[in-house]
Amino acid sequence: MNPDVSDKRDFTVVNHRVEKIDAIALACGTAQFTDDIDIRGLLVGRVLYSPHAHARIRKIDTREAKKVPGVLAVLTHEDLPRVRHTTAGQGHPEPSPYDTLVLSEKARYVGDRIAAVAAETAEAAEEALSKIKVDYEILPPVFDTMEAMKEGAPVIHDEDDSKNIPDAGHNICAKFDFEVKESEWFSEADVVIDQWYKTQWAQHCALEPHVAITYFDGEGRLVIRTSTQVPFHCRRITAKVLRIPVKSIRVIKPRIGGGFGSKQEVLLEPVCAALTLATRRPVKIELTRKETFVSSRTRHPFVLRLKTGVKKDGAITDAHMEVYCDNGAYGAHSLTVMMCSGSHTLPMYQAKNSRFIGRSVYTNLPVGGAYRGFGATQGFFAWESQMDMMAERIGMDPIEFRRKNYIRSGEGSPVFKAMGEGREGIEQKIASCGMDECIDQGMAAFGWHERKERNRQQSGPVRRGLGCACLMQGSGIPEVDMAAASIKMNEDGSFNLHMGATDLGTGSDTVLAQIAAEVLGITVKDIIVLSSDTDLTPFDVGAYASSTTFISGNAVKKAALHAREQIVKVAAKILDAKPSEVDLMDGKAVAGGRSCLLSEVAHTAFYYHDQHQIMGVASHYAQSSPPPFAAHFAEVSVDTETGQVVVLDYVSTVDCGTAINPTLAEGQNDGAVLNGLSYALCEEMAFSPSGAMTNASFRDYKIFSTADAPPFKTILIPTYEADGPFGAKSVSEIGINGPQPAIANAIYDAVGVRLFAPPFTPEKVLKALKAKP
Amino acid sequence: MTTKTRGRGTLKSVNGKFDITVNINGKDKPLQVSAGEYLLDALRREGYKGAKRGCDNGDCGTCTILLDGKPALSCMMFAAQAHGRKVVTIEGLGAPDRPHPIQSAFAEAGAVQCGFCIPGMVLAAKALLDENPDPDEAQARRALDGNLCRCTGYVKQIEAVLLAAKKLQTTGKGGKR
Repeated sequence: MNPDVSDKRDFTVVNHRVEKIDAIALACGTAQFTDDIDIRGLLVGRVLYSPHAHARIRKIDTREAKKVPGVLAVLTHEDLPRVRHTTAGQGHPEPSPYDTLVLSEKARYVGDRIAAVAAETAEAAEEALSKIKVDYEILPPVFDTMEAMKEGAPVIHDEDDSKNIPDAGHNICAKFDFEVKESEWFSEADVVIDQWYKTQWAQHCALEPHVAITYFDGEGRLVIRTSTQVPFHCRRITAKVLRIPVKSIRVIKPRIGGGFGSKQEVLLEPVCAALTLATRRPVKIELTRKETFVSSRTRHPFVLRLKTGVKKDGAITDAHMEVYCDNGAYGAHSLTVMMCSGSHTLPMYQAKNSRFIGRSVYTNLPVGGAYRGFGATQGFFAWESQMDMMAERIGMDPIEFRRKNYIRSGEGSPVFKAMGEGREGIEQKIASCGMDECIDQGMAAFGWHERKERNRQQSGPVRRGLGCACLMQGSGIPEVDMAAASIKMNEDGSFNLHMGATDLGTGSDTVLAQIAAEVLGITVKDIIVLSSDTDLTPFDVGAYASSTTFISGNAVKKAALHAREQIVKVAAKILDAKPSEVDLMDGKAVAGGRSCLLSEVAHTAFYYHDQHQIMGVASHYAQSSPPPFAAHFAEVSVDTETGQVVVLDYVSTVDCGTAINPTLAEGQNDGAVLNGLSYALCEEMAFSPSGAMTNASFRDYKIFSTADAPPFKTILIPTYEADGPFGAKSVSEIGINGPQPAIANAIYDAVGVRLFAPPFTPEKVLKALKAKP
Repeated sequence: MTTKTRGRGTLKSVNGKFDITVNINGKDKPLQVSAGEYLLDALRREGYKGAKRGCDNGDCGTCTILLDGKPALSCMMFAAQAHGRKVVTIEGLGAPDRPHPIQSAFAEAGAVQCGFCIPGMVLAAKALLDENPDPDEAQARRALDGNLCRCTGYVKQIEAVLLAAKKLQTTGKGGKR
């Protein structure tokens, strides 16, 4: 076969702005989300949540609830197998503690799931919930991350059947320590800065709330139609907790209305399936917006300490990083999010001495989970703030200081080996790094120097300031994540591309089709994509860890190459050429001036000679996780009379290798950056003194609308990553890490106050301004 | 029980159900709805699944429809309130084989990611372009400010509205219909 295909760079489909294959159907409202089908006899499932932050359940009486007309099932923990598990949809065995029951035996936060009902109508279901009598013994709660670890604090997980909790007695659900040391700590530093940071609770706010529909098909198998990022983990975990065979379950992922990590949790499927098992009827559970805020998953708030040493010449000598990750009531993603706050940040700037001390902590508050950025967001807020502080102390320009220290192509880091996701990592050297170009092009597009110059002359109560942040992330989890794909040729020269990879709105169905089309010399219009159906598609770990383009993309590319080999063999016979002479382009096989249509190749294989199905299949298991890099630039105005911070302009550059689809890559970065801006300036879950969330609606928990969004721009910086499909790295998460530190740095530049606890609300800014000496 | 519908007579209920007629996407449709039933629920029950449920609280805009040509939140009004009025849902604009220029513009501009908010946004854009066939960027931005999106950052959606305006001017479909 043509040897150039695998690492070709003169692309015909890849790196082109191909229209997203499902865009028109979505814009016409015909594409089907989980709830967009009608099922005869569908029951309404509803969940009873704990009103108490911490309480033991003495007794649950469901007798009156069961008598409500139209109610078909009322379930509590007593009705379900007692299988401790984690809801985190991660590779098996999951690095999160097994500390959860589908319906809890003890209330650990306001919003914990206590009972579930299925009824003919919503009204009957609600009435049944109101008639469930729960006898609670109220226990003292703990809401503070640091208090929860102290001796004598209430013990949240005092049950004896949980697994992998390192120190339940001190509410520690994950811990990880690591150190590399070349010299005595801080012995070579000219300046030492020791600073604490605190990040806030936030929620993903996918516009589609979590929803699952479960039913038995005609053969008695359980079908789970669900808004999930992890269909195969969903099948495995649901089978385990309900003690039914994996082969009895089919998980279907239709169109998904955004996830951002919250749908990497197997939350609704087991309880919905339990109701179907109990009633033998189809059941739907659709969370309300309030339930989505309180009882799905959140971004873990962190308490972080950075103690860093730096020489006057700008060399970073010491990096001591301590993080306390608040996991709320259960330990989902506790080890991994906590570790990623260090594993994605510490390798960025090389220090001689590096130390990471990490603890994830139970409190009686809503549960942390995977959320775009995955710990790196919290870590970079601290790191990129600290970078500016160090630069100022040694009298160096903050951008030049970063340039002097960031990791470059050909360099490795001991951190890569020491810290993986929930276990030891892998050694890797950076192959592609476009950070210099990210900084240069970002500064030029932003007009950094011009703005700096202009801002020297300022007066009046509103002051402008500039800030920047440099970032990295990963591309999938090396030596953990696996993806597979198959591609089958049809007689008209079209192909069915089947893969486990999960498109939750990211456009991965399109991106992966582009990769296959590039290999096969066709357009995406000749590829029929089917993804994420556990009965029909090969395995994939799912959409998380910025893995899909890099890992699933490699699987699709290999599967397409496998099909291509077979096509070329058949075509060579038709064209009377050697297979090595055959190339595929424009829907044809060509050799030595002759050509035949791919439909002719397929016809020949189906009906004429040496009959067989042309079909490629492949898996990919990555041994590296090449980081994308990014540089962000912000200008803000700060009103010194009101404390109001306004982002005036924002430019972000991102090196994602080859952008398989530049439009979709820009869209990923745009969305991540806007979420980051909103998170930096206004998003925060608030709680009452008794632990109930007090702003669980879009009216009270503000996310940016078009009216709030500042002018901002994404610039893609092309590099070529040898390990990625056609040079691609990840792009989806990195952008969310920048706005918090870039804005914090810009606020400092504007008015000389540094904020260590986002969101940067007018109240906080004003308070800091008043406290300024 | 009876209930008044502004200027469109009085509705009588039988066993808590009202018989109403709503003009949906250009055709009069008789519907039987409950007293407390929201328009969003009635529309979805009748198969208009393009109207989405994102918050049930009037905050997110995914349930946006056009009511007598103006954007309205179908989760915030009773179905009976639509009696005798004109409702346009996303299904009333176009279909994948014959999309409305605004729908094409959203796809071409790369404005569609997960797409859950898009039907509401397309309808909000339609209402804007019916009134103002040549909006500027700020007007496009204002027209979409009731429609939340978490995927895109709104950049390409604003571009899509401006592109749609151009398309409509070229095809002569612009202005009030």
